[in-house]
Amino acid sequence: MTSRQEPALPAGPQSAPPAGAAAAIAVPARGPRRHGSYSLAARDRRFGYGLVAPAVIVLLAITAFPLVYNLWNSFHSVDYLLPATFGNFNGVTNYKQMFSGGLFLPSLYRTLGFTAVSVTIELIIGLALALALSRKFHGRGIVRAAILIPWAVPTVVSGLLWKSMFDPQNGFVNYILTALHLPGAHTTWLAQPWTAWAAILVADAWRNVPFMALLLLAGLQVIPNDVYEAAKIDGASMLQTFRRITLPMLKPALMVALIFRTLSSFLIFDVIYAMTNGGPGDSTQVLAYLNWFSMFSESNYGLGAAISVALMVMSLIIAAIYVTSFRTEQVV
Amino acid sequence: MAAVSTAITQGSAARRRPTRRKAAGWSGFYVMVAVFVVVSLFPFYWIVVTALKTQPEINAGTTGLFPAHITWSSFSTILHQGTFARSLLNSVIVCGCTTILTVIIASLAGYGLSRTNIRGKPLIMGFLLVAGFFPVIAMVGPIFVTYRSIGLLDNLAGLVIVYFIYTMPLATWFLTGFFGQIPRELEEAAIVDGATRLQALRRVIVPVAIPGIFTVAILGFIFCWNDFLLALMFMTDPSRYTAPLAIMNLGQSQYQTYYNLIDAMVVIITLPIALIVLFAQRRIISGLTAGSFR
Repeated sequence: MTSRQEPALPAGPQSAPPAGAAAAIAVPARGPRRHGSYSLAARDRRFGYGLVAPAVIVLLAITAFPLVYNLWNSFHSVDYLLPATFGNFNGVTNYKQMFSGGLFLPSLYRTLGFTAVSVTIELIIGLALALALSRKFHGRGIVRAAILIPWAVPTVVSGLLWKSMFDPQNGFVNYILTALHLPGAHTTWLAQPWTAWAAILVADAWRNVPFMALLLLAGLQVIPNDVYEAAKIDGASMLQTFRRITLPMLKPALMVALIFRTLSSFLIFDVIYAMTNGGPGDSTQVLAYLNWFSMFSESNYGLGAAISVALMVMSLIIAAIYVTSFRTEQVV
Repeated sequence: MAAVSTAITQGSAARRRPTRRKAAGWSGFYVMVAVFVVVSLFPFYWIVVTALKTQPEINAGTTGLFPAHITWSSFSTILHQGTFARSLLNSVIVCGCTTILTVIIASLAGYGLSRTNIRGKPLIMGFLLVAGFFPVIAMVGPIFVTYRSIGLLDNLAGLVIVYFIYTMPLATWFLTGFFGQIPRELEEAAIVDGATRLQALRRVIVPVAIPGIFTVAILGFIFCWNDFLLALMFMTDPSRYTAPLAIMNLGQSQYQTYYNLIDAMVVIITLPIALIVLFAQRRIISGLTAGSFR
């Protein structure tokens, strides 16, 4: 490589034009040219930009561009049912409509409530499962695979699966309640608000507890064994060991698992769509469902964009809360 | 099966640790694990049983844990009538194409990020990490408006492009780390032997990185197979439906839900994924947990 470049350098007076030509050909827009494009480092860099460009361009086009376009749409009339004003600037009309519709705030409260309950339950069960799987026992690999299968089922399919389990006529839940002479054997689960939420919670936890557990398990496995042994020698009880060693050292894994789960709980859509369609009435309508409905069923993509912006901002706040709270605790 | 292995291991545990309290602790532990396994897997049993029931039995309601008569008619109905077979094929095509393209693009980017001295590396890595958390629902609206104006709705290729949202951030992030662990001497030797860097990547690095690429491909396929929202937004023609979209639109009339048909579809959609999980469990877990602790 270098041997081919060397004759070009001693050319003296003509060295300027080739450098300019090379700069014109150079692919990267932000390409550094301070030391001349013929240097090995510059070549390497150019090669690197070429390799990274497709992935970055694709990702910018399908994530960053839509998010910016979304912001733009939220201040414009993007309603396919109103072609006359389509694309016109309409200020904060969409945001006003979002609040005046009367569905946004109730959906927000429902979503927050569901997120808090589901994440708490999934954290507790997931942590228990992770602690169980961190012990060495026969058949651990099989157990791990068995609990991983629910995670791999498409969310909408897991919703249908549990709709089928909770069906009053063909479902398992009412069958076993009847067989064991327990109360509630004739519950029409998805036809009443609170039981519908319970069913949704079960379906969501069934699919996501394994995910939570596996992330936490990976965190548990990084904790060195001698820390536990030292605690044992010092006479720490199991509870003390858990509180003083396991939990603090699990913090990074906990943070990642909680951010993942909180955000996906906050944005729950598939399970709701499959099990209740937001019903009965509006009682299980969540923000993502409302957002989809405004776009898909009402063709109002401006209003949808406003709700999306709200969702986006709230997601960022949630992530920021986790990151900052976990960081400060770590310093103390 | 769980009960058998419980009994066997419990015995050996008791032999190793003779105290009664320890043995009791272990059996309690195994009961807990068994409960987790049963809760995870029992719904699948119920789905299979429901799918094997005859229509009269479905209409009559559940009377036992086993079907009175086993029939495969739900499966043949689903596969031979209507559009479900076509939807399955669509899903395979779209998920397959997305996975292959993701592997290629992410491998190039991963190599570039880990092996060249480009500027803005932290920026790109940070963007990859954050992009994985962007809410998909916030992107479907603008993409719909764009797709509608350029005619990419009801188009399988259009779906492949948006599916990169699910696959690309994790794949690039994971492969960057994976390539970074491969010793540099390997490719330097190839370059000394006269290979270009692209050749070195293709002939030397990629073969060594096959486990990582495999991980990325499996996870990518599962993520795409899981999609419902994007297909729901962009596919309105039943012949373009993906399998999860088809399952929501078939098997229900205004008056009745045909659970045997729905559950037959659930079984068909779940089976390939369940097999992948069983055979590639370790890779999936390593892929999911990568990047969690940086």
